[in-house]
Amino acid sequence: MAKKQKLILTILLLIVLFALSWVVNIAMDSYVRRIINLCLIYAIIGLSMNVTNGFTGQFALGQAGFMALGAYVVGVFTVPVKLRASVFYAVPMNPLIANIQLPVWAALIGGGILAAFVAFLIGAPVLRLKGDYLAIATLGFSEIIRIVITNASSFTNGALGIKDIPTLNDTRYIFVATAITFIFISLLINSSYGRAFKAIREDEIAAEAMGIDLYKHKCLAFMISAFFAGIGGGLYAMLLGTVDPKNFLFTLTYNFLLIIVLGGMGSITGSMLGAIVVTAGLEYLRVFDEPLELFGVNIPLFRPGFRMVIFSILLMICVLFWRHGIMGTKEFTWDGAREFVKHPLRMFHRKGVA
Amino acid sequence: MKFKKILAALLASSLAIGALTGCGGSKKEAGKDGDVIKVGVFLPLTGDNAAGGELELRGIKLANKLHPKVMGKKVELVVADNKSDKAEAASVAARLIEKDKVKVIVGSYGSSLSMAAGNIVKEAKVPAVGTSCTNPQVTANNDYYFRACFIDPFQGTVMANYAFKKGAKKVAIIQEVSNDYAVGLAKFFKDAFEKLAGPGSVIETANYQTGDKDFSAILTNIKAKNPDAIFAPGNFTESALLVKQARQLGIKAPFLGGDTWETQEFIDVGGKDVEGVAFSTAFDREKATTPEAKKFLEEYVKEYKGEPSALSALAYDAYLIAINGIEKANSLDTVKIRDAIAATKDMEGVTGKTTLDKNGDPIKGAVIKTVKDGKFKYLDFVAPGK
Amino acid sequence: MEIFQTIANMTGAALAQHVANGISLGSLYALIAIGYTMVYGILLMINFAHGDIVMMACYFAYFGIAVFNLPWYITVVVTVVLTALLGALIERTAYRPLRDAPKNSVLISAIGASFLLENLANYLFSGRPKRFPRIPILEQNVSLGSVQIQVISFVIPVVTILGLLILLHIVNHTKTGMAMRAVSKDYEIARVMGINIDNVISATFMIGSALAAVGAFMWGVKYPGITPMMGVMPGLKCFIAAVIGGIGNIKGAVLGGFILGMGEIMIVAFFPQLSGYRDAFAFIVLIVILFYKPTGLMGEKLMEKV
Repeated sequence: MAKKQKLILTILLLIVLFALSWVVNIAMDSYVRRIINLCLIYAIIGLSMNVTNGFTGQFALGQAGFMALGAYVVGVFTVPVKLRASVFYAVPMNPLIANIQLPVWAALIGGGILAAFVAFLIGAPVLRLKGDYLAIATLGFSEIIRIVITNASSFTNGALGIKDIPTLNDTRYIFVATAITFIFISLLINSSYGRAFKAIREDEIAAEAMGIDLYKHKCLAFMISAFFAGIGGGLYAMLLGTVDPKNFLFTLTYNFLLIIVLGGMGSITGSMLGAIVVTAGLEYLRVFDEPLELFGVNIPLFRPGFRMVIFSILLMICVLFWRHGIMGTKEFTWDGAREFVKHPLRMFHRKGVA
Repeated sequence: MKFKKILAALLASSLAIGALTGCGGSKKEAGKDGDVIKVGVFLPLTGDNAAGGELELRGIKLANKLHPKVMGKKVELVVADNKSDKAEAASVAARLIEKDKVKVIVGSYGSSLSMAAGNIVKEAKVPAVGTSCTNPQVTANNDYYFRACFIDPFQGTVMANYAFKKGAKKVAIIQEVSNDYAVGLAKFFKDAFEKLAGPGSVIETANYQTGDKDFSAILTNIKAKNPDAIFAPGNFTESALLVKQARQLGIKAPFLGGDTWETQEFIDVGGKDVEGVAFSTAFDREKATTPEAKKFLEEYVKEYKGEPSALSALAYDAYLIAINGIEKANSLDTVKIRDAIAATKDMEGVTGKTTLDKNGDPIKGAVIKTVKDGKFKYLDFVAPGK
Repeated sequence: MEIFQTIANMTGAALAQHVANGISLGSLYALIAIGYTMVYGILLMINFAHGDIVMMACYFAYFGIAVFNLPWYITVVVTVVLTALLGALIERTAYRPLRDAPKNSVLISAIGASFLLENLANYLFSGRPKRFPRIPILEQNVSLGSVQIQVISFVIPVVTILGLLILLHIVNHTKTGMAMRAVSKDYEIARVMGINIDNVISATFMIGSALAAVGAFMWGVKYPGITPMMGVMPGLKCFIAAVIGGIGNIKGAVLGGFILGMGEIMIVAFFPQLSGYRDAFAFIVLIVILFYKPTGLMGEKLMEKV
């Protein structure tokens, strides 16, 4: 297919999806909309995590912390001033910020910028590390961020959390945010920066020998990742309408880890698929938590908690036997799709080999 | 390739089971939709708050057993687990409203979970009655959230008064800083106590995080300051370890806490070291004077063996408030039910007569209890409005 | 300066008590950190599930004493054996299939194993805390002047030192130990030399998990509330202790454990207003150490192979 044709197809697909989000917003009840919105938000954060972990090969586990920063910027600055006294009822809000109210979009972008800035600061000591050390150090930073938020009551209301954040359970806006993230990251990955990221992933020493500035590129990837995680965190806060520090325990990062592992580390379309499968799947697995009667016999296996056991077993199976996930490092392409339509089975053969 | 087959088989079987249960569920729901009124039960049944959620579920089930009908129709409970997680709580609440079409929601234990549902019930205009969510923010600026329990400011104040009455002149506070409940209680305790005993009478405020196990450092600091009493609101696991380590370090000062301590696990973990602590709670057998309370006590002992906790009693009352609202509204219009609940006055429940104020919070007294010989014992009663 | 005032106000008794608390906590961290560092030393991977193995060992002990009414000394043996088997099982199912996979896959698998153990415990034993069985001799108090110390706090350092000595003996003076060292130096060469790598790694995991079980016993007696999530924080902190000391270095892990335990206590002792930030301390120390001395205080310098 010609390049132009593909571009048109992609644009058409985006338009169709946007129209679909419009329909979803009108036709679906708020429960379904909430699940779809959560899928989209998780897709943003999954994509952001893929930038460092999948494309640059730096195994960072700090996504929960960056989300927290984004969520709190939105939380702190968008609550209407007149409601603030009732929210900050224990420790009054710091007078420096008590009267600053930002429009939602500004707070959202501000949250992303703050997260990117913190990533820049953290990057200096952390990005020299590799593998396990990097993982644990970034996890440590995400915990430090959470602990600071818990203790800085006059800015964040501490453990009491913030409520009355303007809510956004509107699929159209969230779809646009996801689409922008998707397009930006696709362009990034296919630019010279993206090729440098991948070179670092494949072999750091060789990449350095080729003249790639390791620190600069790692830091850039880390900041971009943090920026979108911050945006995702802000949207998450707006979807819930309330945030508190316990939302952002480091275990939250595991959700996104599963998304990118399942979708394929280093595949943008894979992350999108992963987000949908994981979020909707967790919702679907809910039946495991409810008591089950099969042919009149109550099966005692089914009680609250079973769902998470299944979930973690699926994660293990996925890591052990299906390491490349749905997409591996491949992407959805129009050529691939045409191939698939013509010979639906051939794709599986190829996968079996990989 | 073998593994792929296993994987495929696993996935297929899970799908099959899911499909089967899905069918089972829908069969049950189909048909007599007009004859039942659905009440959503919104509680943490797994995760950190599972213990509290479990006790409250008992109370609600018992209440449903004793009051199974309203407006001549059967009340069906739709139990939903919010997993002690906010994102889950929000989607579960939406599911109760949109999918199960409940007319009113009862729950949750844990204020942050209720707050996550707050906007959803407000937008859907479906009233919710909280069981033991004590954070003032739950009902603030939300016309659709009510609750059966007293709020943090009241509880903190009650304990401050109690400490002062018992002769404490200087106290220390140890709060679980990552727990909204503990922070709320500590703040109002401090305000009230300093009003009574003068500024500077709270000599130290120490913090710890949820999940911490070692409190020896903060306790050693506090021991050196020799307070007359220590107010330590927090989760029961951490609190029990805290009191235990304090006794081990030779701190003799009495410990005061909040209603979370009223759990068997608090005594199990703390053992003889938690003897003599004092905490506020909503309910006790001694003060169970209403006929409803007698019925509740009798049935609870029959059904679950052992003493009911305040959580079960509060959950029972929350259900009654909800049912009473439907009865008074005499309609299935959720806005009318909301108005009827808001007008609740002198409703007789297990924890005394409930009247909701303009925020949707009840005006009721608190019981102060202690631990003696491995059991919870009644100490004192504090009237409302104090 | 507030800090000087705090120091001036601190009595000798309080300081002595803080030091005692620090040693007690530090030796407990050290005990669990040894297991961490040992597995890392051989396999060069973080066993993320180590903390959760400690948690499972606590439950084994709880069931042994409280449910099956075994005497505590038998329970210790049973717990150690069961935990060692659990360790071997985790290695067999979660790590062995990935022996030749990229390192990140192993790391993800380790996180998955930890997550699975937590959810499984939550499902099987419920989230409500259980009381670790009482062992009255160990819970008694000893007063040294005004300093109060539990008997267990004397036992823990002794057990830690004992564990250290036994481990050093195994690694340095037995055949298995020699094989372990060979595997840690170079997989391929060890295989060529006729060492059964799988067995050596299994043995490493079993020893590491047995140590975790001993640590769990000490932990349970000292902090008797056991919950499915109890292993998470100790797991992270003891890993950090191992990194401070130089990961892979057994003596370093003991040193790191003491530094971390002592540091956590002292930061609260000297800066009481920072008590809410105490859990951040371990992570800050970790990052500082990694920045200035990435191989830890006692670790060897490693060169990356091209």
